[in-house]
Amino acid sequence: MALPAPFVIIAVGALAAGASGLVGSFLVLRRMTMLGDAISHAVLPGIALAFLLTGSRAAPVMVLGAALCGLLTAYAVQTLQRAGVQEDAGMGVTFTALFALGVVLITAFAGRVHLDLDHVLYGEIAYAPWDLWLVGDVSLGPRALWTMGAIFLLDLLAVVLFFKELKFCAFDPATAEALGINVSAFHYLLMTLVSITTVGAFDAVGAILVVAMLVLPGATAYLLTERLSTMLALAVGLGALASVLGYLLARITDTAVAGAMAVVGGVLFALVFWWARRRRRG
Amino acid sequence: MDANTQWVMSGTALLGMAAGVVGVLALLRRRALMGDVLAHAALPGIAAAFLLTGSKTPGPLLTGAAVAGVLGTGAMAAITRYSRLKQDAAMSLVLTVFFGLGIMLLNVVQRMPGGNQSGLDKFLFGQAAAIVPRDVRVIMVLAGALCLLVLVFYKEFKLLAFDQEFGAGLGLPMGRLDLLLNLGLVLAVVTGLESVGVVLMAALLTTPALAARYWTDRLSRMLPLAGLFGALSGVAGTLLSQVGPRMPTGPLIVLAATLLFVVSLLAAPHRGLAARLVRMARTRAQVRRERLLEALYDLSEEAASAGLPADVTVADLERRRGLSPRWVGPLLERMVRTGVVERVRAAAERQEAWRLTGHGLAEAYQVARRERLHLVYLMHQAEIGAPFGPEVHPQLEPLLRLHGLEPVLGRGQPGEGVG
Repeated sequence: MALPAPFVIIAVGALAAGASGLVGSFLVLRRMTMLGDAISHAVLPGIALAFLLTGSRAAPVMVLGAALCGLLTAYAVQTLQRAGVQEDAGMGVTFTALFALGVVLITAFAGRVHLDLDHVLYGEIAYAPWDLWLVGDVSLGPRALWTMGAIFLLDLLAVVLFFKELKFCAFDPATAEALGINVSAFHYLLMTLVSITTVGAFDAVGAILVVAMLVLPGATAYLLTERLSTMLALAVGLGALASVLGYLLARITDTAVAGAMAVVGGVLFALVFWWARRRRRG
Repeated sequence: MDANTQWVMSGTALLGMAAGVVGVLALLRRRALMGDVLAHAALPGIAAAFLLTGSKTPGPLLTGAAVAGVLGTGAMAAITRYSRLKQDAAMSLVLTVFFGLGIMLLNVVQRMPGGNQSGLDKFLFGQAAAIVPRDVRVIMVLAGALCLLVLVFYKEFKLLAFDQEFGAGLGLPMGRLDLLLNLGLVLAVVTGLESVGVVLMAALLTTPALAARYWTDRLSRMLPLAGLFGALSGVAGTLLSQVGPRMPTGPLIVLAATLLFVVSLLAAPHRGLAARLVRMARTRAQVRRERLLEALYDLSEEAASAGLPADVTVADLERRRGLSPRWVGPLLERMVRTGVVERVRAAAERQEAWRLTGHGLAEAYQVARRERLHLVYLMHQAEIGAPFGPEVHPQLEPLLRLHGLEPVLGRGQPGEGVG
């Protein structure tokens, strides 16, 4: 059974957008959306080290290395903040340093081996339908569909299970603390989810689309509603819509799908922005 | 060192200096990540400029980058102004959408005859090693312009960074100044794009400025210091890249800057972590000493009023005052050496006991008195209104007597031993 390629691409994009939209909405509320950008750059040395240490380009090894680096970034930003560094600056220092380290590692040691920097950054969602998950000789369908599906379910599960806690931590950390919620544990839970989502989506859709989908659906939905549950649902829906329209735009213009999905997300945001502004003016 | 390396070094040093200076202002405006955003947002400008002019010379490409940067700045301002989204979301939105558009345009460029990516993709990762004399001259002019801009508008930018409302009150056009600062950032980014690339330009705008923040609280010193750090990073990174055959200059510059930041974070006087740890240790030692003196005083006073010898054991201190024997023991030993307490029963006996000397009692009296005044102050804070300090002591003393808390042991009789 082979799924039609456009369906696979749109489905992978929609799953990536949905997963990112869920965690990204919380980043929007906590004013930490740039962390997605930071983590997506900072995972590079993790990928490079995982490759250098194991010599394998197998997805699980790389994802593990990258996820550890993502968490390290979140932790470093938090630690620097406690040491008195303002959050955005701490982020800037951490991710640029890690990214630089990653580039040095790749060019110095892995230069001759084919570790494609472009692929890491841009991803190639267009190849997703042909990268199949083979168990023995049996094909279980496109690998990206499975990874993104699993990550989407993981994010959904975490958000549903800890909805109240995450909500409190996002809107009023002080009250959350007073109610006995372990705010810092939920901070790291969110950071773990962001890291896993970012890293997992890399292979499938590339860094640009991950960063775009972390902020675009959440920010757009934020302008449309006052309720968190509605906002999350809208974010997932908008992500899926951007994925479908982005694919069509890419087909029409014959350009990169990831870039087109980000642009469509931007257009959707601009429309909502304009609408929200008109509505507010009355 | 060959001539080529010297050119690279002077180019990166100048670039680091200019970025450091402008970065300080961005940092203080809480826009440390603006460089990152603008550097990404420049991509569609570069690609569009190439599509329009078909030229790969820096002139049109940098103009395109600057136009895109200005558009991005405008979009960010509009988003934060006209919606309830905050700065961070505005920055992420502009970054991703512009960059996505840039990738799409690059795809179009790639398919054009003669438009293969080479020459354009170096804007993404930078090619510091390819700096030639002509580039250095461009960098020199742009870096000079940036430093001049900061110098000319020094006072205005200072107000922008620290007290915008006051600046507006003075009748200064703060909105336009903010735009000018953003233009400065765009200029810095455009200057650095070709040599250190998109991501690493963000580092040059953030890291040296942040490192400089640790050494001084004065803007007039922070600006040149950040410039110096940026220049040093440029020189160090270029030198490091000479070590091996495949060492990329741009990332090494960033790592050099990061090293400078880490050293500053740890070792800077006053604000550095080491200095802070020393201060914390000193404060803790002082607090412990005062807690011990107060406890010794209270227990001595109690024993004296019951007619018992004013001897105190470590076990008492732990049981009745919750002081951990782990630090009480060594501290008592030190106080013996400075003549504050004396050992009244030797360690060989089962219960080692201590007693305040006359000198120690006088000091403990002062500590206990202040603590009790504070206690009374907390009870009557509402009536007194003023903050706790020597000024309210006269008001508190009658209250102290009223509550029967006045310390009596060793009062006004320094050097006379325990009563």
